Amino acid sequence: MDFEPTIVSFLCNWCSYTGADLAGTSRMKYSPNIRIIRVMCSGRIDPTFVLEAFKNGADGVLLCGCHPGDCHYQSGNYKCLRRYNMLKKYFVQLGIRPERIRLDWISASEGKQFANLADSFTETIRHLGPCKIKNVIETYT
Amino acid sequence: MAERNERPKIKLAVYWGAACGGCCVSVLDVHEKLFDVVANADLVFWPIALDIKYNDVEAMPDQDIDVTLFNGAIRNSENKHMARLLRQKTKILVAYGSCAHLGGIPGLANLSTKTEIFDRIYKESESTNNPNHTRPLEKYEVKEGTLTLPEFFNDVRTLAQTVDVDYYLPGCPPQTERLLEVFMAIVSGDELPPRGKVLGATDKSQCDECPRKKSDKKTIKEFHRPWEINDDGETCFLEQGVLCMGPATRSGCGHRCIEVNAPCRGCYGPAPDVIDPGAKMMSSVATMIDGDTSETIEKILENVIDPAGYFYRFSMPASILRRKIPENLQAQAPLQK
Ligand code: SF4
Ligand code: SF4
Ligand code: SF4
Ligand code: FES
Repeated sequence: MDFEPTIVSFLCNWCSYTGADLAGTSRMKYSPNIRIIRVMCSGRIDPTFVLEAFKNGADGVLLCGCHPGDCHYQSGNYKCLRRYNMLKKYFVQLGIRPERIRLDWISASEGKQFANLADSFTETIRHLGPCKIKNVIETYT
Repeated sequence: MAERNERPKIKLAVYWGAACGGCCVSVLDVHEKLFDVVANADLVFWPIALDIKYNDVEAMPDQDIDVTLFNGAIRNSENKHMARLLRQKTKILVAYGSCAHLGGIPGLANLSTKTEIFDRIYKESESTNNPNHTRPLEKYEVKEGTLTLPEFFNDVRTLAQTVDVDYYLPGCPPQTERLLEVFMAIVSGDELPPRGKVLGATDKSQCDECPRKKSDKKTIKEFHRPWEINDDGETCFLEQGVLCMGPATRSGCGHRCIEVNAPCRGCYGPAPDVIDPGAKMMSSVATMIDGDTSETIEKILENVIDPAGYFYRFSMPASILRRKIPENLQAQAPLQK
C-alpha cells in the first residue's frame, strides 16, 4: 500500500515562508504532503505545537527559520534550534524517530532550496512509514 | 452548653487507586484538626483507616457520598472498577494528589509496557529469585475455588481519563492545609467554584512567587545535579544550572521544596497557562542555554539525561503524547544517517 505522509511545517514569516512563496510563484514543483503554517518567527514555535501535530496524526514536522544571524527578531532561530535539540532527545525516549522532526534554514530567496527540502523530508518520512503515536494514544490500553 | 452544629454532617470517602499511601497519610496529617473534620463529616469509606468493604460501597444508594477524595492513578482493573463505582456513588468526586490528577509517579510506567515491567520484576531485577518463572495470573484454580487478581493494564491513566472528575487537588501529596481549606469551603455550604477547577492552589506559576533571586540575564552553560553545585541558598536554581520545574508548575504548595533548598519537581502540575509541562520546560530551558550551534547545544544538553522522566515526572499520562510507543509497534525502517 502506498503511504502518503502527513507533514506539518512551521515557517517563519520573514524568510522561510517568503522562500516557500517564491517556490510557489516560480511554479516549482514540490511534494504536496507538506502543510504549511506561517508563524512570525521560528522562535514562536512552541514545542507544544510540535507535540500537538504528532498527537493529531502528523508523520513528520518540519521547522524552518531564517539563517543564523538573519532572524528578524535577532535570536528566535537560535531558540528554535535549542528546542529542536531538546525535542529530539524527548522523542527518542518516546520511541518516535528523531528524524521525524527536521529544522532547516531557508532565506527569502531560497525557493529552490525549500522545494528540495520539502521533497527530501517527504522521502525520509515515506521511508520511515507512518508515525504510530496517534494510534497508540487512542487505542493502547 | 455548647451549641450543636445544626448542619447535617456530610458523608466523606477517601480511596486509593495506584497510590503510594502518601496521599492517605496526608489526610491523616490534619492532626488535631481531625476533630473539625469529624465534626462536619462522617467517614463512610477509607480503606487505610476503616474496615468497610467494597460490597458495603456497592450497597450504598447512588450519589449517597457527598465527597470522595480519590488518590492514585488507574493502573489496573480494580482501580478502574472502583473509580466507576465511586463516581456513581458520589456527588463531588475530587482527584486528590498528583497520581489521580496527572498520573503521578506510577504514570512514569507509560515509558515502558506491561511486558517490560513484568520481565523486569519477575525475571531480570538484581533481587529477583524466581527459578520457576512464576508470574501473577489473573485467574488460578485451587481446590477451594478460583482465585483472581485484577488485570494489570498496559497503560496508566489519570482519574479524569477514566471517569468525570469534579475538582482537582494537586500535589504529591497535597499540602494538608490546602485540603483543610477546601474541605471547610465544601462543608460551609458556600457556592462552589465551577466544575473542573484545580482547588487548593493558586493561578500563578512557582516562579511568579518564588523567594529566590532572579536576574534578567539567565544563561546556562552547563547543567548540574543539585548535589553538584555549591548552592548559595538565594539564586534561582535554573540560573545555577539546576533543572527546576518552577516555570511550568502551578504554585500553591508554599514552595515546599525550594524552602528546603531543593528545586521544584513539578508535583502541583502545569501552571494555568501551560498545556504540557514538558513542552513548557523545553521551551523555557531552551531560552537559557548558552549555545548557538547544534554542537554546543548538544554538548550542554548531554547533562539533561532524562527529559521525559524529569519534565513529566508527575504528568506523563496527562501529557500531550501520553506514553512511549511500544517497541513492537515502532517502525522497523533502519535509521538513516
Ligand atoms: S500523589 Fe504522591 S503521595 Fe499521593 S499517592 Fe501519588 S505518589 Fe503517593
Ligand atoms: S526556576 Fe525554580 S528557583 Fe528559579 S524562580 Fe522558578 S521556581 Fe524559583
Ligand atoms: S516545590 Fe514543586 S515539587 Fe515541591 S511541593 Fe511544591 S510543586 Fe511540588
Ligand atoms: S524571523 Fe525568521 S527565524 Fe526569526
